[in-house]
Amino acid sequence: MADFFFHTTLGQILLIVLESLAVLVPLLLGVAYLTLAERKVMAAMQLRKGPNVNGPFGVLQAFADAIKMLTKETVIPSGANRMLFLFAPFLTFSLAMIAWAVIPTGNGLAIANINVGILYLLAISSLGVYGMLIAGWASNSKYAFLGGLRSAAQMVSYEVSIGLVIVSVLLAVGSLNLNDIVLAQRHVWFCLPMFPMFIVFFISALAETNRAPFDLPEGESELVAGFFVEYSALAFGLFFLGEYANMFLMSGMVSILFLGGWLPPLAMAPFTWIPGPLWLIAKILFCLFVFIWVRATFPRYRYDQLMRLGWKVFLPFSLAWMVLTAGFLMVTGLLPGGAG
Amino acid sequence: MNALTKAARSMLLAELAAGMGATLKAFFKPKATINYPYEKGVLSPRFRGEHALRRYPNGEERCIACKLCEATCPAEAITIEAEPRDDGSRRTTRYDIDMTKCIYCGLCEEACPVDAIVEGPNYEFATETREELMYDKNKLLANGDRWESVLARRLELDAPYR
Amino acid sequence: MMTQIVFYVFAAVLVLSATMVVSARNPVHSVLFLILAFFNAAGLFLIAGAEFLAMTLVIVYVGAVAVLFLFVVMMLDVNFTHMREGVQRYAPIGGIVGGVLLVELLMAFMHWRSASNIGQIAHLVPSSPERTNTAALGDVIYTHYIFLFQACALVLLVAMIGAIVLTLRERPTGRRQNINRQHDRTVTDSLEMLQVPLGAGVDAQGGFLRPHESYDIAAVPGTYGTEAWRVAEAQETTGTALVMTTPANGTKGEGDE
Repeated sequence: MADFFFHTTLGQILLIVLESLAVLVPLLLGVAYLTLAERKVMAAMQLRKGPNVNGPFGVLQAFADAIKMLTKETVIPSGANRMLFLFAPFLTFSLAMIAWAVIPTGNGLAIANINVGILYLLAISSLGVYGMLIAGWASNSKYAFLGGLRSAAQMVSYEVSIGLVIVSVLLAVGSLNLNDIVLAQRHVWFCLPMFPMFIVFFISALAETNRAPFDLPEGESELVAGFFVEYSALAFGLFFLGEYANMFLMSGMVSILFLGGWLPPLAMAPFTWIPGPLWLIAKILFCLFVFIWVRATFPRYRYDQLMRLGWKVFLPFSLAWMVLTAGFLMVTGLLPGGAG
Repeated sequence: MNALTKAARSMLLAELAAGMGATLKAFFKPKATINYPYEKGVLSPRFRGEHALRRYPNGEERCIACKLCEATCPAEAITIEAEPRDDGSRRTTRYDIDMTKCIYCGLCEEACPVDAIVEGPNYEFATETREELMYDKNKLLANGDRWESVLARRLELDAPYR
Repeated sequence: MMTQIVFYVFAAVLVLSATMVVSARNPVHSVLFLILAFFNAAGLFLIAGAEFLAMTLVIVYVGAVAVLFLFVVMMLDVNFTHMREGVQRYAPIGGIVGGVLLVELLMAFMHWRSASNIGQIAHLVPSSPERTNTAALGDVIYTHYIFLFQACALVLLVAMIGAIVLTLRERPTGRRQNINRQHDRTVTDSLEMLQVPLGAGVDAQGGFLRPHESYDIAAVPGTYGTEAWRVAEAQETTGTALVMTTPANGTKGEGDE
């Protein structure tokens, strides 16, 4: 059996397919339940109960929503660019999925353990802009177009600070491999020595996933739905799934870069009994909870304040911190990799 | 608060943390939600719901076709036609309320000299068609018969404040 | 074998999409084909084992540069029938320039020779399989050619400052918010408690409900509505001939609320 999987071409292809399914099926289920969890948690924070009618505690609500979404009519606005209009949601959704190829769930447990894993993640997340821009443009609606431009400008702005934060993490690790990044946190998670960067990264992640308080692209109270006003049914559902999958992805990035990935908090007996993947899942769920918690707490930013925060606060701050990290590592001789 | 404390508070995101603390506290509080179809909120005796035409205890309808409600209705939802009845008393032959027009302001109830038209406590009268919301006299009288005990009690409770 | 097939697929799509960039009728389609071309170039880099370059290409060109292209192209209202009017007239000139360039390229390629010491440029290739090409590239850029790299960065900095200088407009009537000042202000800065007797308005008290200084705290000094702006405006009004003829009964900006 092992022979078949590791030594034949067919077996290898099959293995990759199985590995992908092993990641994607739980991910999609998680996304479905994240929508429910968001409604429940937000409701609890607003002293409500949230959906509780479909099934015990409303657990079937996710499926009810999915069925509703699938049975609705797909409306394509007249004058829309048909092909691009339908392409955009698929792009958003599939980008959110393929990024998971490099996320390690245990030591060496990734579908593709590549050398430039973190760059791959950055590249994929920077492509997310296209889904929005294309959707906004192809809808042939000025509201969708404005929404698309707003979200694109927002994502491009916050990618800069995300990139700089990642660079300061990389300085401390000395590798672009996600596996190495996690292993470098064996002694202390990066969220402790780099706490300010952790916060900057988390807030930028909120902006990058268009979550409250940076949900200006959607801004349901002012823009209706931003770049996907014209979408309905399955296409809308794909955008929706893509956005929530992106939340998972960003939480995964936070967990891997700052919260020690699959590592237990302390390398001691009661913690080490729990397998690594469960630790990673627990950390991702914690981050997602904070995402929702933030949404339930803060009012939406104004657009110029959002840009100010990104360019005038986070960019100089993360740049200064990066230089500081480099200098500190150089002076203390802790710089990994050496000068070689 | 000096500049240093201010700077420290702003850098440590103290206000954001306080806000998140407030929501987290609310997260564990008992919820205010009422399980609607099974539990219902308390209604004031003044609540203005579905209309009803009341009768006297002997079964005679109260309405004397004075048309004050028709005149006062700001939405012009009420239509009344009247004729003397065989026994010579003045009664309506037609009393219609278009519930899709009604704004539930309660002015008809205020205007009525004999407490005939009242707005009852019922708010669960959704229908599947628009036509069902064009109430005629029979429907209104039936409402009155159905809710009479509650209607009388509500008027009694509200009387001291009128 | 497999690699070759993949290479030819990437290369073919690259060339095709590059052709589409210049031949597509819709400019937005052109930019999207350009993005596809970038992608396939990244794929070619991957096949060549330069994964760092591939990812950087996607991040920088697809993730940032092409987004800006797309922004511009989507916002522009280009009238293509207008632009095509001159094609007949300018086609010969364009053809001649293109032909000259082609001939020059052909001549350059015919005399293509590699330097004899190409094999000795050891630091350009990873010295061992363990050494990633990220590290090798870093060596080249930050160690061997650091001054050139810095010079490039300076050129970009100059370009950035130039762009800002060219587009920055100071509008005296604009009122900008100063977030730090807003955060710093306290209740005493912005709230004045008055005992207003019955029947008398706040005007009789001679005060505003909100101290005038609180306007200054909210905005950047010197922008519209702040003290500095009011002083400047008052000077301007008292300085003009119109006001000189009439005796000034209070300067503008004070008590005109």
